[in-house]
Amino acid sequence: MQQIVLRALELATQRGVQYADVRLVESRSQDLSTRNGRVSQVADTESAGMGIRLLIDGGWGFSATDDLTPAGIEKAIHKARAIAKASTLALGSAVRLAPEPVHQASWESPCRVDPLSISVSQKLAHLLAVDEALRTHTAVTLTETSFHTTRTRQWFANSEGSVISQTRTMTGAGCACHVFQDGDLQKRSYPNSFGGQYQLKGWELVEELDMLAHAPRLAEEAAALHAADVCPTGEFTLILDSSQLGLQIHESIGHPIELDRVLGSEANYAGMSFLTLDQLRNLRYGSPLVHVVSDATEAHGPGLGTFAFDDEGVAAQRTDIIREGLFTGYLTSRETAGAVGEGRSNGCLRAANWDRLPLIRMTNTSLEPGTSSLEELFDVPHAIYMETNKSWSIDDKRYNFQFGCEVAWEIRYGKRVRMLKNPVYSGISTQFWNACEAIGNRDSWTLWGVPNCGKGQPEQVMGTGHGASPSRFGRIAVGSL
Amino acid sequence: MTDTQAREWFEIARNEARAHGVQDVEVYLAAEESSLTRFANNGIHQNVSEESRSISIRVAIGQRTARATTNRFANIREATKSAIALARASEPDANLLPLYEPAAVLPVARWDEATAGYSPQARAEAVREAIGCVAAAGQVAAGIFETSRSTAILANSNGVFARHDETGSTFSITATASDSSGWAKASAVAAGDLDPVRLARSAAEKAARSAKPRRMEPGKYRVLLEPAAVLDFVGQIFGDCTATAIEEERSFLTGRMDQQLFGKNITIYDDVRHPLQDGAPFDGEGVPRQTLTLFADGVPGEMPYGRAAARRAGRTPTGHGLSLPSEGGESVSNIVIAGGAESREALLAKLGTGILVTRLWYIREVDPFRKVMTGMTRDGTFLVEDGQIVCGLHNFRFNESVMEVLQRVEAMSAPERASGEEAFDMVVPAMLVNDFSFNEVTLF
Repeated sequence: MQQIVLRALELATQRGVQYADVRLVESRSQDLSTRNGRVSQVADTESAGMGIRLLIDGGWGFSATDDLTPAGIEKAIHKARAIAKASTLALGSAVRLAPEPVHQASWESPCRVDPLSISVSQKLAHLLAVDEALRTHTAVTLTETSFHTTRTRQWFANSEGSVISQTRTMTGAGCACHVFQDGDLQKRSYPNSFGGQYQLKGWELVEELDMLAHAPRLAEEAAALHAADVCPTGEFTLILDSSQLGLQIHESIGHPIELDRVLGSEANYAGMSFLTLDQLRNLRYGSPLVHVVSDATEAHGPGLGTFAFDDEGVAAQRTDIIREGLFTGYLTSRETAGAVGEGRSNGCLRAANWDRLPLIRMTNTSLEPGTSSLEELFDVPHAIYMETNKSWSIDDKRYNFQFGCEVAWEIRYGKRVRMLKNPVYSGISTQFWNACEAIGNRDSWTLWGVPNCGKGQPEQVMGTGHGASPSRFGRIAVGSL
Repeated sequence: MTDTQAREWFEIARNEARAHGVQDVEVYLAAEESSLTRFANNGIHQNVSEESRSISIRVAIGQRTARATTNRFANIREATKSAIALARASEPDANLLPLYEPAAVLPVARWDEATAGYSPQARAEAVREAIGCVAAAGQVAAGIFETSRSTAILANSNGVFARHDETGSTFSITATASDSSGWAKASAVAAGDLDPVRLARSAAEKAARSAKPRRMEPGKYRVLLEPAAVLDFVGQIFGDCTATAIEEERSFLTGRMDQQLFGKNITIYDDVRHPLQDGAPFDGEGVPRQTLTLFADGVPGEMPYGRAAARRAGRTPTGHGLSLPSEGGESVSNIVIAGGAESREALLAKLGTGILVTRLWYIREVDPFRKVMTGMTRDGTFLVEDGQIVCGLHNFRFNESVMEVLQRVEAMSAPERASGEEAFDMVVPAMLVNDFSFNEVTLF
């Protein structure tokens, strides 16, 4: 495959091209699921194709094809050139790419148990066992389990001499049960909603999750929610579990720090950002306890934003985003780094597949662990503790958000005194992070995977990682809907 | 992709299956070329084109079924073997029916040759002109111009061979001023039916008229929802409007069929043959798609049935089944809301004092049975007094039940094809709604 990429690059860089890169991506994925005790999905998908990005006379052109014959590649290059030339009819600001060392490297994400080496029968038997355990409670009306894995191999080369190959294995699994009763529909999910947990791991992730052990509790909680009081309305001390906090980070920190949003590239779709350039190193984003990093390195963990090089050949990095509450950094690319005075991209340009242009995307945007044990975190006179996301929404500049969770508990002096249903909380991003009172320590820190982050036109769905511990926030607007 | 090519690929899969003792094979072939010119800060910054094909092979072995998909056409035999291995490893499904038998599918005309051959130069020139309109107003333009062509073919070993070809085009634009913005979007089968300059002027006018926005307190307001806002909001309920969703008790219609759920002025169809619609006239198993009256005068009516759900219910399948194996059962994708006959000006006059909403954003379900959605207004939210736009407003957060809103629709325009970002394109009217609940205001 590398030879195909190098041959394509050679063809692409002829005749006045300022910059070119070629990515060939080969992937294989498997989806299995069950629903109410029967198999509902059994599917394998493989895909291979090439994306060619060219800069000619200041205009960008990108063309992608799954025809990897010499004729198919030549046609795609010809099209990319025509598109780049068309771009010059309405050029914006001049393109300057921040320098990046030339890399010739190969990397593979750690994977202890190849998920495709486990038989489909064994995987389905596991999901069906979990599905059955969810249905042990008679009130349960719908059960769901799912497993997904994708192995992606990518070969990249650019006109500056970088030649990089990377292999990533991603696995995800989860389960959920619904209880419909008296005109009310309640749901509990594990280990997270909307598909569960996703990491760069193999089958070992499914074993670690131990869904079978959690299924009966989920069913009991979903049924119990029907008799629970609705979450009270008012300003409360709020404690969030780490999965919900992971999504809070994603929406109210991860997206606002994307420099392309800040600069207007997404104005027509995903929106812009309240983090205008004058806020850098001036804005008090959070309380002094809040330290947030963007970290794509393997040392950070098996997140969906972990890699060795981004999709324009920039090495994975760790960047301080918020340090002791102060806003200190954006997510950048080679084209945008100069806008904030940086001499080098911090490596966040990523594409969803071979058929998509790389864009600035979150890697692993994580809240660093604090110092509180779980006992210390919950040891307050009165608080509301919320678990597992149910709904999420935020305005197009990322100020005002509202999140709903599947379940909440009223906390008094460290004890759960009653279950609460239909909880929501809302606020303004910076006010929320400045209200952070305590962050759980490393023992309760989890690197969550968000597999479905949408951005760009045509839309790209990307996986991002978010490390978080359960954390406590003071005087947050809480209610129920 | 020609029919001859498609039949050859199908035969490769069928012969491979037969060699492994498997007779029942279904193949879905897809080919697409899609090109999109994207602009921001008054210049083209991303300009892309993708060309792809894929073959998806499903086999049925007794009551077991599975699917394998590849875009490597040299691998059709391997993919067929994968599907067979997956099916044999799977569990029997009592709901699985034999492959569908051939049925007459009345084709729909969704192809425009000029759109199929649209050039990057033509898109760039249209974009340049649209940018010029916004820049002339002292504003900054961002948006897209997309053109595409696609083919879908479904064939099975019982003799089904259904084909659908279509082109598509979309233009959208956001005009941004110092403290305001405006947006417009349109889509059509033929790019020639789009008017980028008109859309650009509309976006620029909205940005200009919403300058220096005021902050209004949250509360219940009389609102005029433009068609894009209607489709993105009302569009959130259609995943529930299927036989399987109701059967699984995950639909807001569970136990509510035959009830007066919406106002008597609300009638909603799923109609693939509507002249402003797009999409294929057959479903994931090749069943011809029927026109359904989902809600008649506010009462739930004909629901879509896939083959399996239809058999369980003793009904006839409606041609809305998803490809198998399926988690969801059915889907609707050709929504037409009947609407009224009021002009936009008449609706503004009827609004009197209230809020005009251009579009909604980041809509998510908060309560699945009451169908309460939360979301934000965006890119053109206006205070209207005495039927006249007075000024722009800071954007609101809403928490509203779609069911309840559809009980409070006072008047509607004639339906038009609308395009948003939170639901698929639909044919919908603008709606004048009483007591729309905004519960928070953001900072811009």
